[in-house]
Amino acid sequence: MEHLELTTVETAKDLGLLPEEFEKIKEILGRTPNFNELSIFAVMWSEHCSYKNSIVWLKTLPKEGARMLAKAGEENAGLVDIGDGLACCFKIESHNHPSALEPYQGAATGVGGINRDIFTMGARPVAQLNSLRFGDINLDRTKWLVKGVVKGIGDYGNAFGIPTVGGEVFFDESFNVNPLVNAMSAGIVKVGETVSATSYGVGNPVYIVGSATGKDGIHGAAFASKDITEDSVNDLPSVQVGDPFQEKLLLEATLEVIQSGAVVGMQDMGAAGIICSNSEMSAKGEHGMRIDLDKVPTRQENMKPWEILLSESQERMLIVVEKGKEAIVEAIFDKWDLNCAIIGEVTDTKRLHYYMHGTLVADVPAEDLVLGGGAPVYHREYREPAYMAEHNAFKIEDIKQPENLKEVADHLISHPNIASKRWVYNQYDSMVGTLNMTTNRPSDAGVVDVRGTDKALALTVDCNSRYVYANPEEGCAIAVAEAARNIVCAGGEPVAITNCLNFGNPYIPEVYWQFVSAIKGMSKACTKFETPVTGGNVSFYNQSSDEGPVFPTPTIGMLGVLDNKKTLTTIDFKNAGDAIYLIGESQNDIAASQYLASYHKVDKYPAPYFNLDKEYDMHQAIKGLIKEELVASVHDVADGGLFIALFESAMHNGLGFEIESDDTIRKDAFLFGEAQGRVVVSVKPEQQEAFVEFMSTNEVEFSLLGTVTESNEMIIDEESFGKVPAVKQVYDNVLHGYLGE
Amino acid sequence: MKFIAEIDVMPLKEILDPQGKAVTGSMKNLGLSEIHNVRIGKHITLEIDAETEAAAKEKVDLACQKLLANLIMEQYHFTLHQA
Amino acid sequence: MKFGVVVFPGSNCDQDAINLFGNVLGQKVVPLWHKDHDLQGCDFIVLPGGFSYGDYLRSGAIARFSPIMKEVIDFANKGGYLMGICNGFQVLGEAGLVPGALLHNDNRKFICKNVYLKTQTQNSLITAQVDLDKALKIPIAHGEGKYYADADTLKMVNDNDQVLFRYCDENGNITAESNPNGSLENIAGVCNKNRNVFGMMPHPERASDSILANQDGLALFESILQAVL
Repeated sequence: MEHLELTTVETAKDLGLLPEEFEKIKEILGRTPNFNELSIFAVMWSEHCSYKNSIVWLKTLPKEGARMLAKAGEENAGLVDIGDGLACCFKIESHNHPSALEPYQGAATGVGGINRDIFTMGARPVAQLNSLRFGDINLDRTKWLVKGVVKGIGDYGNAFGIPTVGGEVFFDESFNVNPLVNAMSAGIVKVGETVSATSYGVGNPVYIVGSATGKDGIHGAAFASKDITEDSVNDLPSVQVGDPFQEKLLLEATLEVIQSGAVVGMQDMGAAGIICSNSEMSAKGEHGMRIDLDKVPTRQENMKPWEILLSESQERMLIVVEKGKEAIVEAIFDKWDLNCAIIGEVTDTKRLHYYMHGTLVADVPAEDLVLGGGAPVYHREYREPAYMAEHNAFKIEDIKQPENLKEVADHLISHPNIASKRWVYNQYDSMVGTLNMTTNRPSDAGVVDVRGTDKALALTVDCNSRYVYANPEEGCAIAVAEAARNIVCAGGEPVAITNCLNFGNPYIPEVYWQFVSAIKGMSKACTKFETPVTGGNVSFYNQSSDEGPVFPTPTIGMLGVLDNKKTLTTIDFKNAGDAIYLIGESQNDIAASQYLASYHKVDKYPAPYFNLDKEYDMHQAIKGLIKEELVASVHDVADGGLFIALFESAMHNGLGFEIESDDTIRKDAFLFGEAQGRVVVSVKPEQQEAFVEFMSTNEVEFSLLGTVTESNEMIIDEESFGKVPAVKQVYDNVLHGYLGE
Repeated sequence: MKFIAEIDVMPLKEILDPQGKAVTGSMKNLGLSEIHNVRIGKHITLEIDAETEAAAKEKVDLACQKLLANLIMEQYHFTLHQA
Repeated sequence: MKFGVVVFPGSNCDQDAINLFGNVLGQKVVPLWHKDHDLQGCDFIVLPGGFSYGDYLRSGAIARFSPIMKEVIDFANKGGYLMGICNGFQVLGEAGLVPGALLHNDNRKFICKNVYLKTQTQNSLITAQVDLDKALKIPIAHGEGKYYADADTLKMVNDNDQVLFRYCDENGNITAESNPNGSLENIAGVCNKNRNVFGMMPHPERASDSILANQDGLALFESILQAVL
């Protein structure tokens, strides 16, 4: 490689490496790297690939569990045993920064990426979810982002053909510049038929399959060094285009090739493309590779070695095939009209040797590139922000209770954070696959049939960013608790989580404190609910210079299992005359509620009331009630408080309700407070006795609120809060009002 | 004066054009395998009132840059003639 | 009776149709690969929903030239039963096997939701047993589902009793508000003049299995089976 110019610490800095990292690279190589090699280290040691600023804390999360088949970090996605010889493979991932630039393609390629993580392991995706955060909905930029992101998710996911079964959308000014786009996918695979992201067997051919490689995702900024001429900067696409059609073909071809038994290991190409897949698979399999970069099918001419190595072109897979079975593999990809090219072979060197037209252009050790190997690990400084003192000084007494609570109810119903997300989810195919059991059964979680078994999966994504901002540790524990509550209310058993950790700049100690605190809260809650963390991703730098960091948002994607799909439980009131009970305790608390934030416009508050042990006990009570078939409907109290929960239960069947408030606490707190650990259930008259008897066998608080009524009116303490159909008309059309038909 | 602009908006050549790629692939079903590298864009015509051709050109440029093309992903070119 | 479900690249409701005919209805059913030229002796062919060839260019435009379509078209021209659901309907339109075309929805968005259908005639294999007074709850999921035909074609379709379904409200009233996509005269499904080719945008296969808590679509498939038995 003597012909290749050596790099300097200045180039390393241009590529985002620290001077000490440059020294370490020289030490590893025993010489100064050339530009190809330096580029390789720069991307592999970036936060995105190495988790260098987060791994210390991620390692503290609970990962053990009887159902775990692949633990966090071992594979592309978590793998959980669901019984009957089947496993569920699931993961959530962010695509925030691409979506901020070009919302349609950014969101679409996010959906593509997360689904590839699932089927690269051999699982067929069966459900998708997404969790979205946008700024003030009145801003033109926000409207542009919402429309683009939703259309992007829809167009990609719908064509790919996997139903979207759940999600959340939240608006707050802190996301004005940086929206959050988190996409989750879950798939099913037979235990023992998964494929690993590994590589071994000297002489085995290495294939690249799927789309041709272009100069996609090679970040102009980081690579605007002297090695890039003006011309080549101009042909670096700033946006990646997703092709869901190609992805669908790749899915079918991939699953077919796995069935053929010819595959040694496989990994999709996401961040850092070929180099990432080569190094991670080789490190895991403790082998090396010789790759001829000129054999990679390219979409653009004259691509440089480092461009081919780093390209993030979509819809590609790297497959190591057992030697002698090339014809089988090639026939399958030919059947699906996909590119399929041998680009190299497995070696016993534990090094990656890259050649271009026969010339060695890079020579790096695989192990030193990857997380858990030689990639750097940093302990970052963290410090409690000053604003926490202001949050903790909040007192409910300082907030005057409004005279007219009906007006508050109307305010919440027409708030985009509370109102129906119909405008969004009607653009997603939620029914393809004919497995979504919750299309016609409204439920707190998406429930997906596992065909051929008695089981169903329950899936949810949850995080109230405002709670996490108020108190990252409590707020993140609440996110886990709410996810578990949703699974339990739907009739399932919480099993495991995946997380998507969206934060600002980790080099700011106050931001890093939010991250560390959230991890602590997650650990605590996941331990309690016995829902190990199977993986996920970290997205830092969701921050603009003008507006500061976004609300910290550790999105929790939770998997639950219904051992008997008949226990699926819905949120809707069924019959007039059924009694309405609150399970859990009302609290004199309005902290961090939508009511406090948007009606009173208060922005300093602690997290809402939350007691992890009581929450857990309450879940056990709900599970028992569902198992004993003592409840007609179950719906958790979440954003907007009890009033919104009651309305959501009433609106499906045109029924109403009549309840009495609790005079020991403020009525605004009773109706609109967001204290955790509460669930609304309805009980048939003939089962009330048995219900009360069951509840008396445990310590969980419960109280009679009132009854479901035939009249479609909502009556609280003899005062009407409106007729359900009229309120629903408003609730259903709020987002249309902002975003158009 | 009234001018007519004939505008072509095309995906940038370095960007993947999934639609063009799928159409290219289908050509062999039609027995036209000698056709390749299909790329698909939009053709837009519009009328514009302006004092001079230069002024009309300026306005069409603005329309293209602001709305008709997404410059992150697309390029445009147009011809102008008097109506 | 043997059913065949054509699998185009990008079809994604093919397995749903196969599950319906095989597991729910207990019939013989086979997938038919788009590159093949053999209909395997099927009596009833389904073009399923999805995004054949990514729906690039125009929905259904590329699939219409898939190798197997030559045999499918011959089969239909000889009177064989052929049904297109959603993307399948779009393919039928592109192939000229049913009158009319499917345009972008009026709101230019993909729409997935339950809608209601009023069956317009029992004079077809798939509607023979369907209650004409009932509003069937059946989902749609499409971006290009606005039924369009020129005035002469539309008159012919109406005069020949070729309209199978129109969008209606839950009480069966055919109203402008219940038209989800701007289809002319609320048309949701039609047949050809010979009444052996059926196209519809809504997905009856998504409303047939009890696991989905909606079996309004089953009436169509039971019509097929009863007519044949």
